[in-house]
Amino acid sequence: MQFVFAGASGRAWVLLAILLAVLCAAPWLAGDYLLTVLITILYLAYVGQAWNVMMGFAGQLSLGHAIYVGLGAYAAAVLYVNFDIAPWIGMLAAIAIAAACGALIGYLAFRFGVGGVYFAILTIAFAEFARIGFDHFGWVGASAGFFLPVANYARNDLWNLRGNPTMFYYVMLALTAAGFALCHALLRSRTGYYWQAIREDEEAARSLGINTFRYKMIAVVISGGMTAVAGVFFAFYYNNLFPEQVFHISRSIEIILGPIIGGIGAPFGPIVGAFLLTGASELMQNVLIAIGFDVPGAKQVFYGVALLLVVIVLPGGVWPWLAARLRLSKS
Amino acid sequence: MAGRETAIEQVVEMNELLEVQGIGKRFRGLLAVDDVSFRIPQGSIFAVIGPNGAGKTTLFNMIAGVIAPDRGRISLDGARIDGRRPDEICRRGIGRTFQLVRPFLGLSVEDNVMIGAMLQRPDLRAARRHAHDVLERVDLVGKRAQIASGLTLPDRKRLEVARALATDPKLLLLDEVMAGMRPAETDRMVSILTELNRGTGLTILLIEHVMRAVMALAGRVLVLHHGAAIAEGPPGAVMREPAVVQSYLGAEAIA
Repeated sequence: MQFVFAGASGRAWVLLAILLAVLCAAPWLAGDYLLTVLITILYLAYVGQAWNVMMGFAGQLSLGHAIYVGLGAYAAAVLYVNFDIAPWIGMLAAIAIAAACGALIGYLAFRFGVGGVYFAILTIAFAEFARIGFDHFGWVGASAGFFLPVANYARNDLWNLRGNPTMFYYVMLALTAAGFALCHALLRSRTGYYWQAIREDEEAARSLGINTFRYKMIAVVISGGMTAVAGVFFAFYYNNLFPEQVFHISRSIEIILGPIIGGIGAPFGPIVGAFLLTGASELMQNVLIAIGFDVPGAKQVFYGVALLLVVIVLPGGVWPWLAARLRLSKS
Repeated sequence: MAGRETAIEQVVEMNELLEVQGIGKRFRGLLAVDDVSFRIPQGSIFAVIGPNGAGKTTLFNMIAGVIAPDRGRISLDGARIDGRRPDEICRRGIGRTFQLVRPFLGLSVEDNVMIGAMLQRPDLRAARRHAHDVLERVDLVGKRAQIASGLTLPDRKRLEVARALATDPKLLLLDEVMAGMRPAETDRMVSILTELNRGTGLTILLIEHVMRAVMALAGRVLVLHHGAAIAEGPPGAVMREPAVVQSYLGAEAIA
């Protein structure tokens, strides 16, 4: 699954170059609506990538990744509004806080042998703690929310992340590309191979001298830190944070759908999944409106059925199938 | 015969690799291993045999670090290793296979072995080269690009041996590595292990049911019965001991 580049055919490189060129040119080609859809797609591709480090690479199922988004978002937003610290600096604090939170969850679970579904439940519990805690955290607005001043969109201020959708689009595109490059490099490193060994069979990994506790900790810390960066983007893009929204379990589920549909384990999986899911969702909405079948909930039903079909027909995700069909690998 | 025994004793005195002294393990009411002691000299092949439930796997797991003994000590190269974690035991120089094979099914044969090789070789290219060499030794190099889930059982068993070997062990623990193999495959494994032992001086401890392999490989055999050691010595001599014949071989050797 991880032969994305090592065995990549010339065809794969050409397709990747075309895709990148189209994405770079998108603000000139797409209207406002399509651009916001693309921002959502890239955002989900990035957080899916971050989640994939834990699940797809190291085999640790987190169902509470919204906690890292939320912590990152609040950290950078509070530092910006209350202390006038630019988001790119605040991001460092966001990463540190989320990584520390990941380390705490990881330590509790891995030190005391909480694995599999029990680990997943622990991650949900922590995200719920955070949601309820922030609901009562008066300093950051509690349940009434925390707001960033909405900037004058006439001028882009990249340093303070105040600007129009085009700027946010390019920021998200850069983050997605960087996340992809990081994950690709990680997967092909010693750490990445050790993660895969743990994912495949932890006891066998231990028998080969791998300190599985240590490498699982590295996975949760990197994944949490990466996800916090998306949280910073979230805060400055939407300008408002409500605990009931950012920490909600539906956010955590939204994060993991892309990689599952796209294919976990490979860095292209979350990207393909985000395009398919968000694309299909938006398309379905427009089709339903166009044919006059705008019944509330209809979109969700069709969406659910589509997800079910993908999972049944392509249990490994779309990416491995797509890569084989397009003959992207030399072998 | 007496002269040969003396020679072996002297070798034991000079450089024993593994020393197991009076180890025991109790699971609730069951005494799985009871006061077992033995020594494995550097460069030798040692077998532990015994009927099902004799405590072989418990003994194996205590050496591999999967479970800690209740009492006694295990030393490798003079340093105590009992109670250490499996990954620490591997880093100290013991490689192992699993009775029910556990290759990394989703990874290629080469990646499986490379992950073992990375223990001593942080550089990935060096690890891959070493994996290639090890695969050549176990006769699997032709299948290096295959995904492990597509391998047959004998191939998976050799893959596990290769993966353990890639960590550069001083001692290789083999847990019923011949089980489920046809005689021709058993002979192939025997010749691979003989070659490793002679060519690289690798010390091997095998837990084995297949007597054909034990007789061909082991210099010394320890027989376990109800957790206790009832005989130890060269395979030919051990097989003739009345206690062994009665407890274990009586049923299975004739069959």
